[in-house]
Parts: sequence; structure tokens; C-alpha cells
Amino acid sequence: MADYLLAGGSVLTRDGLVEANVQVGNGTIEAIGADARSGEVIDCAGLIIGPGLVDLHAHLREPGQEWKEDIGSASRAAVAGGFTAILAMPNTAPPTDAGHLARYISDRGTEVGLCEIVPTGCITKSMEGQRLAHLDELSDAGVTVFTDDGASVADAGLLRRAMEYVAERGGLISQHAEDPGLADGGHMHEGTVSSWLGMRALPSEAETTIVARDLALAEMTGCRYHVAHVSAAATVGLIAAAKQNGLPVTAEVAPHHLFFTEEAVRTMNPVYKMYPPLRSEADAEAMRAALESGVIDAVATDHAPHAAHEKDVPFEEAPRGVIGLETAFAAVRTSTRLDPAAIFDRMSVRPARIAGLSRHGRIPATGVAANLAVVDMDEQWTPTKFESKSANSPFAGVRLTGRPKYTFFEGALVWRDQEAGQ
Amino acid sequence: MSFLDIEGHDRTDLEATLDLADEFIEVLRRPIPRVPALQGKTIAHIFYEASTRTRLSFERAAKALSADVMNFAPSGSSVSKGESLKDTVLTLRAMGPDLMVVRHGAAGAPHRVAAWTGLPVINAGDGAHQHPTQALADSLTIRTRFGKLDGLRVGIIGDIRHSRVARSNVAAFTALGAEVVLVAPRTLLPVSSAEWPVTMSESLDEIIEDLDVVYLLRIQVERGGACVFPSLTEYVSRFGLTSRRFSAMNPEAVVMHPGPMNRGIEIADSIADDERALVLDQVSNGVAVRMAVLFRLLGGDRNG
Repeated sequence: MADYLLAGGSVLTRDGLVEANVQVGNGTIEAIGADARSGEVIDCAGLIIGPGLVDLHAHLREPGQEWKEDIGSASRAAVAGGFTAILAMPNTAPPTDAGHLARYISDRGTEVGLCEIVPTGCITKSMEGQRLAHLDELSDAGVTVFTDDGASVADAGLLRRAMEYVAERGGLISQHAEDPGLADGGHMHEGTVSSWLGMRALPSEAETTIVARDLALAEMTGCRYHVAHVSAAATVGLIAAAKQNGLPVTAEVAPHHLFFTEEAVRTMNPVYKMYPPLRSEADAEAMRAALESGVIDAVATDHAPHAAHEKDVPFEEAPRGVIGLETAFAAVRTSTRLDPAAIFDRMSVRPARIAGLSRHGRIPATGVAANLAVVDMDEQWTPTKFESKSANSPFAGVRLTGRPKYTFFEGALVWRDQEAGQ
Repeated sequence: MSFLDIEGHDRTDLEATLDLADEFIEVLRRPIPRVPALQGKTIAHIFYEASTRTRLSFERAAKALSADVMNFAPSGSSVSKGESLKDTVLTLRAMGPDLMVVRHGAAGAPHRVAAWTGLPVINAGDGAHQHPTQALADSLTIRTRFGKLDGLRVGIIGDIRHSRVARSNVAAFTALGAEVVLVAPRTLLPVSSAEWPVTMSESLDEIIEDLDVVYLLRIQVERGGACVFPSLTEYVSRFGLTSRRFSAMNPEAVVMHPGPMNRGIEIADSIADDERALVLDQVSNGVAVRMAVLFRLLGGDRNG
């Protein structure tokens, strides 16, 4: 007897959506369609069964800041959001700049056992932008994505050397593009809203100038280059041109940049403070269009938990970042015109390929690892409570469409929405 | 109800406050310049940024209305032990004030305080965002001199980009019918200024004769103009109100400055003391408008 029979739903297959039952057992998809006959029945009527989502960009806060989040609570938030693999950003305390630190994170993920926790590694030691991190050790520990996320590698010479090293190892450099001089300690997007609020602000060019420079370095070194959380319309143009020229370039966008704009900051509520900042309506529309056209490859949450007391301060004093794992699917479904297959492509297939995760982002088929997200494309709901330890979400209280209902990790049912199947 | 920024108030409302301030000017001229309007009320002054004139002006206003005042400044307080703004204002609220006057270096801090405490809050300056009672004092000063603001041309000259006084004054002057032109080197003019109801100029000489009010902002000499203009000398030569430029002004036009002034930089020494420089009127009117705002927020009894 198999473990589960996902019954009555539509399965995303290579031939598109097909109404079929799915039999899950021994950690894999054992059968789809007429051969799927046994297992505990999971009622999937009206739901879509697709590959588990993959997040290229999450801050798990462990080790060092466990009051904000830990690998256990982040794993719960991930599976509640339909994710079966998430990349842990290296800006922990200490930062993940050596092999044993990366191993600790993946081991803790295994111990929790709800989803795959994939460590990323720093580009520079202690993320200080001065010397290379232990790239060899990190690579030996299985790290493929290198980033100093939270800050740009400002020194172009240092980044060049990192790219040469990482290219040789087949890895990927992911850049948080933010020129420190142009960013000027800003708190929000430089535009009409910041102008009138009198807030120090980051222009879009803080992002685009770094991306333009880095694309030249990617061409020079042949290193795979990934733009983290694209926010500015002009950056999309640079990425599109680079792709056309055949550069090994990919990019991600965060759900909040698809959904909100600088207008939200008029409230001066710190729940709208993140880096890169919420930009103009034209930028948000460019993000949606680029995700739809595929110029931007992936959605990545930039999940960044902060405790209530840290975030409930004046806007200019608030720490950067918002949580996103539990609302990402709904935010994408609500704000874009992507069809179900395209949503799974941008939130699972492509991010898994970018990070080199062979067990995730696989279109369901017999024999494939049972890492699955079962979603309701049309359910309307309003997020209020979170599995994350933190609740700093701009989506709290916002009416959204689309909701993950069940998540399977290596064949185990690791998440069941409370209202599902009742 | 709070008084957090000028935009939250329409022309009728701003004029009602100015009319009331006119009445309080009369009170302030009495032999015993005090009315019992807010007797029994307590006002907490919470100043996270150094301030002498604004704090004293609020204190004078509160006392002229017979209110009690609690003063809070972060140095030497529990803030230096790491207490958050939220905890600080909740602690102060527990001591029972009826209203809080808040100055803070971060834009929007007074708005947060109002949300946290549920008390009426007056914004006494938040970052580079707003300083609305200064705008009322300046509006009253202009109205007293010219009878109205309608149709007047006000030039605001100086570091507009980083100035809360500029932002609240632009909102107030235009709401009351004046035209505003901003004059500064480009590095001190606001960027992305589509929402500013103003025109802009990079030449004071070109427009000075058309102005009814020459409103000078303080240049932060302590920063030496670092990174925003090449040198103070260059600034003065292009944007300082020199004697030559003063002579070019319309004879009816006046000079204003929110203080503290840098004599010899944004304003020539002799002009600062001229009869047409209304700097001290702005200060006196500041007390009257703060009385009016306090009175209106605390529902004082007009006949008390």
C-alpha cells in the first residue's frame, strides 16, 4: 500500500494540466492516472498538483538571531507557503563564510526534516567586502550560490576574483545590487513620495549601476551571475540585453515588488521598509511584465523576519526586510497574469535549475521525487497569522487569491492547510 | 485629533487657527499675559533633538494657557540605557499627560507616537519631513504684514531638500493662496518634485525683484556645505541675501528666516536687523500659533 493517493485534482505534467490521481509512496511519485490506486486519500478536488516551490532567497536567522526566526520556524513557514526547498542567505551571525558553517545549516535543515534547507555562502570573509571567503570549503560543503546579500560587493576587483574562482567551481554569484554611494544611507525609493516626506532615499540607479558593472565582469570571467531581488525597470533592460548577448545571467524578483509601490510608504509604516525599496508603479509593472516574459526567471521571497519590537519604531530607524514565505504564492497569483504552469515555472522549475537542485522543481512524473505543492488557484483569503516567528508582513490584512493547501516533502505530507479537506 | 502635518488641514481650518492666534497675540500683550483656558491640563514635551527656541516657545504657549508642562529629553534618561521610543512614550503616557509635543530626527516619529499612545500629538519637527507650527507662525507673520497671503510671491531660498521648514511652509503658503518659488543650487533643490506645488529657480538674481517675501533657510555651516556645494563663499555669492540683492528687492518686500541665522552667510549682517526683516515677529507669532493649536486640540473653553 502506498502512502498517499492525491485524488480528484489536476496535475501539472509536461502535457499541461491533466485531471488525474497521483500515488505517492517511498518518497516518490509512484503513479499518475489510472495506475494510481492506493494510499490514504487526500482530497484534491479543485486543486492543482505541481512541483514544490523553491525559494532562492530567504533569511533564516539561525545561527545568531533566533529570536527573529530559526531553521525550525522558517521550515514551517516554508512548507506552509508550498516550498520544499529554500536557500538560506549567509548573513547570519556568524556569516556563512566557511565550510563548517554551511554544513551546520544543512544539517539543521535535515534534523528539522520539513523541507530542504540549502545553504548559500558569503563571497567575502565576514561579508566585509575586503577578502574572499573560504570559497573552496564552501563549495566542498555543497554550496553553489555565493552572495554577500544585504550589501553589494562594492570592490569590482574583488568581485572579479570571486567570479573567476566561482566560475571554475561551476557556482553562481548572486548580487544584492546597491551602490553604497548612491544609496546614501537611504530608507526608501527616491521618487515623488520620498521627496515630499523628506526621507533620505535610494535612487533606482543604485541598483542599475551595479548590475551594469557586474554584467561586464560576468562577460569578462564567464561566471554565472544572478541578480537578486530586481526592483528597477532599468535593470530589466540590462538583464534582457545581457541574455540576448548570451551571457549566463539570471534574475529574481520579490513578491512585494510585484504587489506594492512607494505609495505604501506614505503611511510611514515600517512594514513597508525593505531593500531594495518599493519603487514606482512603472517599476512594479516592469517587474510583472519581466516575470511574465521570463526575462526575470524566478520569484524569490527575500523572507526577512524581524521581531515586533524591532520593527515597531519610526520608519527611518527600522531594520530592513519583510517576511514572505507564506504569502509568496498568493502574492504572485494575485498580482500577475501568470497561468498555473507559468507560476510553477517561475517559483519552482527555474529556481531549482538556477540553484542546481536535482530533487526539486521537477514536473510531476512517475519516479520523480515527491516534492509537491498542492494549491488552490482561486481561494480568497486574508493572511493574519504566520508560522514564522515574526509577523512583519506587508500582506497581513490584505485580501489575496490563491493558497497552498498541501505540501509533500520527499513523499511525506509536511503541511496541510487547516481548512483543507474538511 | 493631532497636528502632525500641514496637508491634513484645509484652508478654512488653517485660517481658523491663525484667527485664534490673532486673539492670543492680544492676550500676550496684556499686563498679565495668561488665561486659564487649559488649567488642569498637562502637556508632555518630548524632544529627541536639541531645540531651544521651539521647546521654549511651546513652553511659553502652554503656560500662557495655564497648562502644566512635563519636559523630557533623551540624554541622561532611560533612552541612554536603550529604551525604545515606544516604551518611552507609553511610560510618559502612564503619567497622565493630555497631549504630547514631539520632536524627533526620524520622519513620521510623531505619527507613530500618536498611534501608540492614542493621545493628541503636535509635531514639533520630524526629520526633514514637517515642522507645521513653524509654518503657522510664518503664515501668521506674512498675513499680519500683508493682510493676506493670496497672490503673494514667496521665495524660499537655501537647503530645501533637507528642510522640514521648507516642506511645511510650501504646504501652508500655497494652501493659503500664495505662490512659492524655490531657489537653490540644484543639489539643494528637491528631486522628483512633481508633487511640489511650486516653481524652481537656480538664480536668485533673476527673480529677487518679483518676490514679496524672501524666506531664507539656514545653511548647515557645521557641515561646511560638504558634498552639496563646493564652498560657502560660492553659496553666498549666488544665494546669500547681500546688501546688493536687498536693494534689488521690491521696497514693500520683507525678509524672513526661521532661525538660528548664520549672519554673513545666508543673510548679510545689516539686513538681519533691518525693519523689513521679520525674524523676531516670527518668534513672537510662534508662541501665539502654538497657543492656538494647543487650545484647539485640547478643546479649551474660550470664555474661561
